[in-house]
Amino acid sequence: MKRYFPFILIAAVAMLTVGSGAMLYRAKQRSVAAAAAAAAGATAGATGTGASAMTPEHVRGASGAPVTLEEFGDFQCPACATTAGVIQALEKVYGKRLRMIFWQFPLPAHQHGRDAALATEAASLQGRFWEMHDLLYQNQATWSAEPDIRPLFESYAQELHLNVQQFKKDFESEQVAARVDRQREHGVSRGVQNTPTVFINNQLVTPPFTPERLQEAIDAAMPGHKSS
Amino acid sequence: MRDSLARARVVFNAIAAVVALAGLADATYLAVAHLAGDNSVCGPSQPCSIVLGSAYAQIAGIPTAAFGAVAYFSAFSAATLAAFGYPRARSFLIVIVAAMFAFTLWLLYLQAFVLHAFCPFCLLSAAFTFCLAGLTLATPPAR
Repeated sequence: MKRYFPFILIAAVAMLTVGSGAMLYRAKQRSVAAAAAAAAGATAGATGTGASAMTPEHVRGASGAPVTLEEFGDFQCPACATTAGVIQALEKVYGKRLRMIFWQFPLPAHQHGRDAALATEAASLQGRFWEMHDLLYQNQATWSAEPDIRPLFESYAQELHLNVQQFKKDFESEQVAARVDRQREHGVSRGVQNTPTVFINNQLVTPPFTPERLQEAIDAAMPGHKSS
Repeated sequence: MRDSLARARVVFNAIAAVVALAGLADATYLAVAHLAGDNSVCGPSQPCSIVLGSAYAQIAGIPTAAFGAVAYFSAFSAATLAAFGYPRARSFLIVIVAAMFAFTLWLLYLQAFVLHAFCPFCLLSAAFTFCLAGLTLATPPAR
């Protein structure tokens, strides 16, 4: 018996770790979802329809698409970068049936999150929001580690053939700051606390945002979908 | 003399197993919070959020803490087997702890010189790894 005891102990610790990890995961998911759902419900009650009260600034895809996916994101959040890749792949799969809306939600905890949001809004004024959005997510690891990101963001603006002088001016403008603030406040009003937060046809989707999970949620939101 | 050395080996390995368990709990908590998308782990601490929200908080889409959890579990298994006198377990423990030590130094470097912010959970994990390294070095080798 003594010979097997260490192996029994190791197996018990493995099971205990996996079990308590799974329980903790469920509890954390519930608390994240409950907080957002409660506030989203409050917003739905306030607007009467549950629809977003603010006109989105950043929309990609067909305006008549039956499904709208909204993401509240922070460009320095690693999970947002992963989710952005997943959403981009899904946009290709669904084509005209899926419309994507991005809302700025820079978290104060991220050193460059707000500056990244300002950079995308400055690019947006020159009609290049989505290009800057994609570029920042693709290069997140590079610029996140930089102490001074402005020269890097200006080089991205150059890469996207923007008017860099105008970009620099807009980056520091109150207009661009207000755009970020408005979108963030909109997120707060809908109960957003963390990033990424995803809504599909105004219904909150709980993480993790794996391709399978998002695809399932999109399919469920498609008109004519029969729930099994 | 031999008896006291053997007893010391058992005690040191047993303590190492307990320390590895504590590290496992810390790393598992962080990995689960990351996977669940819970950004509130740090509370109001901004430096902590900078570290856990940084690009280094995951490697190839897998939370860095999950690698830590696997390493701590391996260290726990090796220390437990070593405490029960399995001869090869000590060599395995040394390799695991050396890798953890090197990885911890890299993470501390990132916090100090790249992110300019520290997270208490990460510092706690670093302390556990340094304890493990000290215990592994201090354990008398089997003859």
